[in-house]
Amino acid sequence: MDEPEILPSGTDGILVRFARRLSDDANAQALAFKDRVAAAGVEGVTEVASSLVSVRVGFDPERTTREKITSSVRSLLSEKSPLDTAEKRLWRIPVAFGPDHAPQLAEAAELAGVSSDVAIREICDARLRVIAIGFAPGQPYLGMLPEHWNIARQTELTEGLPRGALITAVQQLILWAADAPTGWRHIGQTAFEVYRPDADAPFAFSPGDKVRFEAVSDSTMNDLLANSGPDGGATLEVLD
Amino acid sequence: MPNLSIIDAGPGLTVQDLGRPGWKACGLSTGGAADRLALFEAAALLGTSADAAVIEMMGYGGNFRADDDTRFVVTGAEMAASLGGEAVLPNTVYVLPAGEMLTIRGAKKGVYGYLAVAGGIQTEPVMDSRATHLTAAIGRRLQGGDVLPIGADQSKVAPFTHLQTEDRFSGGVIRVMAGPQTDFFARATIEQFANTDFLRSQRGNRQGVRLSYEGDAFAVDGGLNLVSDLIVPGDIQIAGSGVPYILLAECQTIGGYPRIGSVIPEDLPRIAQATTGTHFRFRFIDIADADATAISDTVLLRRLSAACKPRIRDPHDIADLASYQLISGTTAGDDLEGV
Repeated sequence: MDEPEILPSGTDGILVRFARRLSDDANAQALAFKDRVAAAGVEGVTEVASSLVSVRVGFDPERTTREKITSSVRSLLSEKSPLDTAEKRLWRIPVAFGPDHAPQLAEAAELAGVSSDVAIREICDARLRVIAIGFAPGQPYLGMLPEHWNIARQTELTEGLPRGALITAVQQLILWAADAPTGWRHIGQTAFEVYRPDADAPFAFSPGDKVRFEAVSDSTMNDLLANSGPDGGATLEVLD
Repeated sequence: MPNLSIIDAGPGLTVQDLGRPGWKACGLSTGGAADRLALFEAAALLGTSADAAVIEMMGYGGNFRADDDTRFVVTGAEMAASLGGEAVLPNTVYVLPAGEMLTIRGAKKGVYGYLAVAGGIQTEPVMDSRATHLTAAIGRRLQGGDVLPIGADQSKVAPFTHLQTEDRFSGGVIRVMAGPQTDFFARATIEQFANTDFLRSQRGNRQGVRLSYEGDAFAVDGGLNLVSDLIVPGDIQIAGSGVPYILLAECQTIGGYPRIGSVIPEDLPRIAQATTGTHFRFRFIDIADADATAISDTVLLRRLSAACKPRIRDPHDIADLASYQLISGTTAGDDLEGV
């Protein structure tokens, strides 16, 4: 494991990066360190957020300095991680991979060196976990797919992806929540809404949640898109 | 509570304040005004708090009417505005009398204009903020027929306070600090970036603006396989095709395209307010120098408040001059010539 890097992130933040490559280990360290910084109550810290392999510590330059925050972070890094005791949950989410809903499945499968059928099987068999939430509200980054799914983002950005689209790059999947362009490839469609602004709990996922995808036909998906609620036919199970 | 009625509106009107800090961990960026400085200018002029909600107007305003007298000010982009036949100058306090129409047309300079009223826009907060966040589906664009509650103005007397602001509409040299991914770029690419003339392209919104330039595309070797990482407004993202985007208030919270550096907050309003074709250059500065530019919201408001000055009205600006009794008694009628 590399030494964590401590880097500037704007005039009011530092970024602690645990690795330059995504791994389950680096992700677990980032999630645990985020909790540790949040619990430490460091003077002047305004916000702590984690991504896949890093943690951003935001601070108020009026109340503290970059040097003081860096020093606090260094001492927290030298402590042992607490055990992850958070309750885990499993989402089972229907997804359609047919021609109406998966325009780039064949292309992505080819880049991963497998047939479309094998690609679908690998995605549905994958033991996926919410490794980060971000880009857009509530949007989960799901990892990890097998190593041969380490495919690059495309050079050109795709516009106008439907919400609930399943997209892939660099060994991960995202359930798309944003109205924004992306370089990830569109390989499936769900009727799941990751963000529900009017609900009491606006964010469906928490980091650490487990996710299984279950393939359904395009016509089933059309029905779910038209008639189901924000869960889009998905079920939630709390694991021990 | 008094109301502000929007009689008609351009396509880019939203309620904004300083946004919702603290939700980055859930994927929700802070959002808020594209030009934060304009909110502090409005607060300094009206004597209000900087987090009072205002109407942000992208490119074009609309017609507005209040049902109670209220002081107001238009800050940010220089908008062509008028009230009762008189031009409304930017960064200057006026009274909008109950029932009279305030007309705000197109931006003459800049992109984002702000209409602030003394009591603030009092729409229902969502997660402690009134800011519309379009990509997060919080709030919506304003349209003709909307009626917004506003706080009562306790003063209603305009002292014609004016604030002289520095130009932030003309591009120029923008200061940039290194970010977490600056080292992912080759030294030569960073130098190429610092030596390139950029133009603000046609593409831009509250999320970010795209820049165009001539010359070789910036190399992003391995940039398409990077681990997605946390973003802050001001970050300069180099998309896969080598095209830079500068991210603004409503940016995504995590992104995978590498960021060559970050525009310091003090210079970010100059990016937000740049119209298509505005020229930029970027200059990297040390982290310590960048940090030294960070001043707190309290200090910023205090400085701006101290800079507000009573405006001496030029008689040429006063459309209804003839109705003013300039001297007790009569005037010769020609003593204003040559003023």
